[in-house]
Amino acid sequence: MIFGLPVLSVVIWLPIIFGILVLATGNDRNAPLARIIALVGALLGFLVAIPLYTGFDKMTSAMQFVEMRDWITRYNIHYHLGVDGISMLFILLNSFFTPLVVIAGWKVIEKRVAQYMAAFLIMSGLVNGVFASLDAVLFYVFWEAMLIPMFIIIGVWGGPNRVYAAVKFFLYTLLGSLLMLVALLYLYFQSGGSFEILDYHQMAIPMAAQILVFIAFFAAFSVKVPMFPVHTWLPDAHVEAPTGGSVVLAAIMLKVGAYGFIRFSLPITPDASHKLAGVMIALSLIAVVYIGLVALAQSDMKKLVAYSSISHMGFVTLGFFIFNAYGMEGALLQMISHGFVSGALFLCIGVLYDRMHSRQISDYGGVANTMPVFAAFFMLFAMANSGLPGTSGFVGEFMVILGAVKVNFWYAFLAAATLVFGAAYTLWMYKRVIFGAVANHHVAKLTDITLREKFVFVILALTVLGMGLYPLPFSEIMHASVNDLLVHVARSKL
Amino acid sequence: MSNMQNLYLLVPMAPLVGAIAAGLFGNMLGRTWTHRITILMVAVSFLASLRIFQDVLDGHTFNGTVYQWMTSGDTRFEVGFLIDRLSVMMMLVVTFVSLMVHIYTIGYMRDDPGYQRFFSYISLFTFSMLMLVMANNFMQLFFGWEAVGLVSYLLIGFWYTRETAIYANLKAFLVNRVGDFGFLLGIGLVLMVFGTLDYAAVFATAQNHAHDMAPIPGVSWNLMTAICILLFIGAMGKSAQFPLHVWLPDSMEGPTPISALIHAATMVTAGIFMVARMSPLFELSDTALSFVMIIGAITALFMGFLGIIQNDIKRVVAYSTLSQLGYMTVALGASAYSVAVFHLMTHAFFKALLFLAAGSVIIAMHHDQDIRNMGGLKKYMPITWITSLIGSLALIGTPFLSGFYSKDSIIEAVGLSHLPGSGFAYFAVVAGVFVTAFYSFRMYFLVFHGEERFGKAHHAAHDAHDDAHAQHDEHHGLAPGQKPHETPWVVWLPLVLLAIPSVLIGYVTIDPVLFGGFFRDAIYVAEHHQAMAELKGKFHGAAAMALHGLATLPFWLALGGVATAWFFYMKRPDIPAAIKQRFSLVYAILERKYGFDEFNDWFFAGGARDASRFLWQFSDVKLIDGLMVNGSARLVGMFSGVLRRLQSGYIYHYAFAMLIGVFVLLTIRTWFE
Repeated sequence: MIFGLPVLSVVIWLPIIFGILVLATGNDRNAPLARIIALVGALLGFLVAIPLYTGFDKMTSAMQFVEMRDWITRYNIHYHLGVDGISMLFILLNSFFTPLVVIAGWKVIEKRVAQYMAAFLIMSGLVNGVFASLDAVLFYVFWEAMLIPMFIIIGVWGGPNRVYAAVKFFLYTLLGSLLMLVALLYLYFQSGGSFEILDYHQMAIPMAAQILVFIAFFAAFSVKVPMFPVHTWLPDAHVEAPTGGSVVLAAIMLKVGAYGFIRFSLPITPDASHKLAGVMIALSLIAVVYIGLVALAQSDMKKLVAYSSISHMGFVTLGFFIFNAYGMEGALLQMISHGFVSGALFLCIGVLYDRMHSRQISDYGGVANTMPVFAAFFMLFAMANSGLPGTSGFVGEFMVILGAVKVNFWYAFLAAATLVFGAAYTLWMYKRVIFGAVANHHVAKLTDITLREKFVFVILALTVLGMGLYPLPFSEIMHASVNDLLVHVARSKL
Repeated sequence: MSNMQNLYLLVPMAPLVGAIAAGLFGNMLGRTWTHRITILMVAVSFLASLRIFQDVLDGHTFNGTVYQWMTSGDTRFEVGFLIDRLSVMMMLVVTFVSLMVHIYTIGYMRDDPGYQRFFSYISLFTFSMLMLVMANNFMQLFFGWEAVGLVSYLLIGFWYTRETAIYANLKAFLVNRVGDFGFLLGIGLVLMVFGTLDYAAVFATAQNHAHDMAPIPGVSWNLMTAICILLFIGAMGKSAQFPLHVWLPDSMEGPTPISALIHAATMVTAGIFMVARMSPLFELSDTALSFVMIIGAITALFMGFLGIIQNDIKRVVAYSTLSQLGYMTVALGASAYSVAVFHLMTHAFFKALLFLAAGSVIIAMHHDQDIRNMGGLKKYMPITWITSLIGSLALIGTPFLSGFYSKDSIIEAVGLSHLPGSGFAYFAVVAGVFVTAFYSFRMYFLVFHGEERFGKAHHAAHDAHDDAHAQHDEHHGLAPGQKPHETPWVVWLPLVLLAIPSVLIGYVTIDPVLFGGFFRDAIYVAEHHQAMAELKGKFHGAAAMALHGLATLPFWLALGGVATAWFFYMKRPDIPAAIKQRFSLVYAILERKYGFDEFNDWFFAGGARDASRFLWQFSDVKLIDGLMVNGSARLVGMFSGVLRRLQSGYIYHYAFAMLIGVFVLLTIRTWFE
């Protein structure tokens, strides 16, 4: 309870209310005010999420901070919220990033400031809603609603080809989620009129139906993750999105898809999950190896990091579908770490883009000469992206690879290729951008990062290192929930 | 006891504090305070290691957890220390050489704008290397393993404006990652089979799995063979064994102090240390040991050949390092782990000495590294000259000097091994003695003796490599008439301090380390691997061994190598040129380093680039995005275009369509009745 209000509701609605307040400041004459309200809202949003961690009971896998109210009684739809050791971490991750995005966009966004800031705040609240929903309809509403701010962010503040990218993003994800809606309706009728997600976890479903439901969910979640071969919207969306949009897209949005797999696909259709695990593993490994190679060919920094994201998310889905504790926890840690690292990398590219207005690797070279402090931060995040031990990037990959060895040595063999590919594309980009002699007079005129930018990077650097050196606080909070999930997956529901 | 545990913690933490101070607050501290703090911290670490050494000699060992990293399932991943005789020896070597290099850096990097950054890196390296050798589990080993790789990457590319340096550091990192790829899979198998990553627990139950098959579908390998070879692939990367050796020569792009510290004395020996640490596993697989021995033998001999034709002073020493690492690896394969570690130690001293001496020469030559432009330096740099001579004599295995004891023991041990491949390995290490002596003294004579070739206005022979250096250093080479000088005391003092153990350490320690059971249970040798036991029977004291050495083949080969070098480069300098012309094919092969770099550039780097471009342009852009995604969008567009045309807005069109529809429906209906 915060001031007598239930925590989860505050976590969801506080950023949204602040978003509306920011919108109320109107046009750009009041931009300074809009920024301050947005920052206050984002910081408060993070502060109110902290009790979720401090007040969390890590011994139980049951839902905590539960809120249950009637919503649409006619169809038995409830305003049902609650978190377990998995979803709680993602609410924290999301709330953590909102202030950083606001600060990162502080000076850079000059047009329609209020609308920009409001879009991020509202999206933050909606994403929290996705993670906290225990009612399928509520989940679906948040799920679809969060598309709208992102659609606007790409479409309004994006690059030259923003409309194509925004529409592609929207259609791709919408198409997938419509099938999910069909699956949810099936489950509703099958369960005798319940939209409770937790009820679905217990419900027996025949194999044929499980497979169809699995495929429907797969359509929604695989697009969001994104998995090969439905990944092609992501590079376009990233390239066109403004820096903040890319950060949220990579750090948060992709996690929503992966979260769907563990909240819906695995526990609701465990038999289908086992039956189709081979396909899922194959797609994941293709993502790791094939997308890792594709990333190598990129000449646009944002596209490179976008492809790298897909490759890293391959570890997440691989971890889910090898069905052991190493894999599952590794996948979840990889999701959190990928949030920090890819967010940080997009911020790094944003810092360069703000100064040079180019994302082409070939326009850079020798940035270390003029921006040494930036180069140091970029180095750290690049190394984290290459999975260097001691950074958060290592933890998840390490665990998933260990988990994969248990299932089939060759899965691990292919997955471990990322050790080489991940380092190759990341450090090759780093070499061409940062190292070398000053490439041109634009680079010669670069100024090092400002205090504001440094602040954001310091926070992210500490998180990346902290999680790499001491991941225990992250992993122990999810143990009970992961064990419960593994039990659910192992139990046949035929 | 808890006092000792604090001391254990102090050993790696002190350099870390130094690294953080120099890295984050270097500008605030200024140059003098930066080197004072980092040197003090490494000195503290060295003294603490000495104290621990004393304690370990008293029979105390330690195996315990520092903190729990994370848990998953029932597996605990921990960061912890294993302090036994093997790790404490490594701690001493690492902290001592690191201390010398820290001091030396004051002189070598004096004019460099990245002074504080450099100190931060070498302190960070010291921390990482200590974490590696002190680890009590595989995970922390991997941590240190990759961390030293990171610092190596940062230091090779220290002069990041040089194109050659940033090429070399990327290459080093990626080649090492190929090794780590195997290493990580090996660790994965260990965890899967043993359910833990703790050394003690794994080694204790290793025997039970000696005859298991590896759980690798489609391959019927012995489990231990699979694990050991995978782990050894990691060692091949880090310790630059053929065919993953390609990064080490290029790593000479880094400043000389780190070539001594990282790429000669410590980091590259991590692979040797690792295999020695894993002796309870390697002893269970003769296949893996054979593999290790053959790889080592190839490296020892063939990398030595390449040292003969190098003209860059640092590259000669680099190829020498490769070859010596091969020697250590051969010893590992012969189950003579203690000999390998013994050679690791003596080599750390004399090779660090040789590198730092080369650096001293480079300073005196104003950053000209081409030995063809040197000559006669002994007159101008007496301390560098004497210490270099000592280092070279130790390297080629002169009796009574440290290198003799370790190298001769390796040769003897290999001769006593009965594993497949030991015949070839024996030949390689014996022939390698001649090669080592030849290239070492070729360099020695060209640098310190003979005609003074420096100070001539623009040197005739400049290969591409030197040109790259010229871009960076404003003062490249000595101006005409300028004479070299002995370097300042911060540079020569470490040379002297390293020369002492280079001479003495072998004589003093061979008896206890090799035959006195110094390592106790830190190293395990299976009973049917007899080499060490037989060696012990032949050993009658260090002095007797040296005297006996005078009468053996390796000594005469070494002498022959020195004499040939003297004859070729002092007496008849026309002969090498004639040989070069006569055997131009052999020379070309050596010149191109057997073509590995070209092959890797073409096949791996080029192949990956082409494959990635093809996959992206064809598969991702054309097939998936073009055909499937935008294709289906176009299809919908076309279809709706057709539908749109149907909606013409004319009533008679609709009425006609309706009429047709009714007619069709009625027809169908009558059909079925």
